[in-house]
Amino acid sequence: MRKLPLAFLLATVISPSQVGYERILGAAKEPGNWLTYSGNYAGHRFSPLAQINDRNVARLKPAWVYQVNSLQKFETTPIVVDGVMYLSEPPSNVTALDTRTGRPLWKYRRVLPDDLRVCCGQVNRGVAVLGDLVFVGTLDAHLLALDAKTGAVRWDTTVIDYRLGYSITVAPLVVKDKVVIGVAGGEYGVRGLLDAYDAKTGKQAWRFWTIPGPGEPGNDTWKGDSWKTGSGGTWVTGAYDPDTNLVYWGTGNPGPDWNGDVRLGDNLFADCLLALDADSGKLKWYFQFTPHDIHDWDATEVPVLVDTDFRGQKRKLLLFPNRNAFFYVLDRVTGQFLHGKPYAKQTWAKGLDDNGRPIRIPGTEPTLQGTKVWPSVAGANNWYSPSYSPMTNLLYVAVREAGSTYYIGEADYKPGERFDGGGFRNVPGEEEWGAIRAFKPASAEVAWEYRLHTPPYAGVMATAGNLLFGATNEGQFFALQATTGKPLWRFQATSLLVRSNPMSYLSDGKQYVAMTMGNSLYAFALE
Amino acid sequence: MPWWIALFFFQAPPQMDLPQVDRNPHTSEADIVQGRKLYAGRCAGCHGPGGDGGKGANLAVAVLPRASTDLALYRVVRYGLPETEMPSTLLAPREVWQIAAFVRSLGAASAAESVGGDARRGRDVVTTKGSCLQCHAIGLNGGRLGPALTDVGARRGPGHLRAKLLDPKAAIPDDFRMAQITTRDGRKIEGVRLNEDVDSIQVRDAGGKLHSYWKRELLDFKVERRTTMPSYADKLSSQEINDAVAYLSTLRGESR
Repeated sequence: MRKLPLAFLLATVISPSQVGYERILGAAKEPGNWLTYSGNYAGHRFSPLAQINDRNVARLKPAWVYQVNSLQKFETTPIVVDGVMYLSEPPSNVTALDTRTGRPLWKYRRVLPDDLRVCCGQVNRGVAVLGDLVFVGTLDAHLLALDAKTGAVRWDTTVIDYRLGYSITVAPLVVKDKVVIGVAGGEYGVRGLLDAYDAKTGKQAWRFWTIPGPGEPGNDTWKGDSWKTGSGGTWVTGAYDPDTNLVYWGTGNPGPDWNGDVRLGDNLFADCLLALDADSGKLKWYFQFTPHDIHDWDATEVPVLVDTDFRGQKRKLLLFPNRNAFFYVLDRVTGQFLHGKPYAKQTWAKGLDDNGRPIRIPGTEPTLQGTKVWPSVAGANNWYSPSYSPMTNLLYVAVREAGSTYYIGEADYKPGERFDGGGFRNVPGEEEWGAIRAFKPASAEVAWEYRLHTPPYAGVMATAGNLLFGATNEGQFFALQATTGKPLWRFQATSLLVRSNPMSYLSDGKQYVAMTMGNSLYAFALE
Repeated sequence: MPWWIALFFFQAPPQMDLPQVDRNPHTSEADIVQGRKLYAGRCAGCHGPGGDGGKGANLAVAVLPRASTDLALYRVVRYGLPETEMPSTLLAPREVWQIAAFVRSLGAASAAESVGGDARRGRDVVTTKGSCLQCHAIGLNGGRLGPALTDVGARRGPGHLRAKLLDPKAAIPDDFRMAQITTRDGRKIEGVRLNEDVDSIQVRDAGGKLHSYWKRELLDFKVERRTTMPSYADKLSSQEINDAVAYLSTLRGESR
């Protein structure tokens, strides 16, 4: 047997040490781990690792592959802590893997009821960690804390009754000693909410209803009782800024999706960016992107927090390339609208006014015969992640160029039943396409574009190796040069759907890039 | 392409011809006897002849999580469970009901097993005298060497629990192994094997630490089918055993 150096042996103890809040806060100081959904609290999905870089990426090869026993969409971003990878699997399962070998350490398999209410696949986008607990939301709307060493359930809290149309697909966000969790259910006329739970016990710390009740500010933006079925889901993980102590979280479409006649008004706080006090859950400010949305353009994208020059002044910005095809630049301290412009083809608004409110073009409402509008129902951007590189000062977005034909229909609410009020189809005869675009953060000007064959549904990750990783609908994983968009490497990974985001970590001092594609998780490393 | 070619690709949506009844109409003694035979031929391979589980779920429990109603149980037997190895069957509806009746009889027998203990006293036995939490977790408390007991009352009947306490070595689960490892730098690790293949082994030690090794990194390793759980036959009185079983039977992993 070959003799191995001692250092190699020492690294084989993979027991993760406790993940305190300070470690997540200082995620940039330990680039070998990936401690929260977007890699850091600012939503950057940027890896400071540079072993794999624009000079050697041609030698990137799969190191190991982990396949799940499900053909549901596999949307998770793994979390990595000191040699252990925690990933959620469809429908509501969690697995711990050894990052070096890809071998399983434990599995948690949830038995779900057979009458789930999920609009768009039995999916889960990831877990969160704190202390020695791993948190996951489930399709039957529970929040679980699993033991990080065994996968055993330490606590199990029912967030809300799934039979009303709720489910949980979002990766939780740990902030200080709390676990922030949102819900899906925008196609079932739920009343949206964002909750925080005590990480140690699972006891509810606060709840913010995204649809205000009678007497609460914003309730008058709903005609009659329509607020009761106002939706406003919270199904994509937000961001957090310790300086403002605000949690930034996007909200989904108002319900019913395509029939606005039964809910006249602006429909707050659907399609908003919410800024909530992390300790109390109190609303500090909000910004509504699409007042009285009738096209299902959820504002459930990942908010990106960037400190950079804006018109000659250093400002704390929040960048938000919205599903409605407008790119928004907000001041994240005050919520002030600073700048906005279309970043993909759109035919529904003349532009934005001085307050960022869209100036609608008449005749773009859904009709019985169908109305052609750009962007499509899935939007110019969606839940998958953008990436911001502090090295290039560019924001990278997988952009979808497509339209839809929108239909209006009856909207009868029955608890737990679908409540769409219409539907959509592709526009016949129109070519759809996509692109990875690199935007200058303050101006939203395009620095470069890499064209894709069809509108993508996978996020991107920039690295300190001057690379940008992403994936196509056709199953290719690729690396572009982050400064120029030049394609450097690609790998044909799957004939199934690619619906996730890349991430990166170190194991035994070696850099890996991981991404779920099809029903497999791939870990790539240099040969 | 011609329109008719599309027919070859058209997949009819799965149709479930579920019976229009709320309760199993075939639950006589004779039905259960027939159900046992059908079960032995089709189900026992995975679920065990007595329904105590194996590759398939343990069926000898009062509440089946995926089949809480008769109709749900019919559906599982008739149509299987997607994304598991539980297959569908083309048995006649009456035969499906007979299997369901037998499966329910397993659960009823388990529920009817006399516990004869006091759950409140049993809680003390489990947490103090029995020191069970040194190795097992119950909710927020407890150790990591043995399996968590948080929902053991939902997974296991009283008879199984009693047998485990009295003679844990009698029925070690198929895939349970203890591993002893010596690394090439002389460190020794002992714990539960989590996973093993030709090249690698993964272990959780008594302190809960996770370890993963390429086998080439090891000086020596030994994997044994044994448990470190002690027998409580001499450690607890029969009343204390009964109390512990009563307490463990109440643990159902309930949500807050």
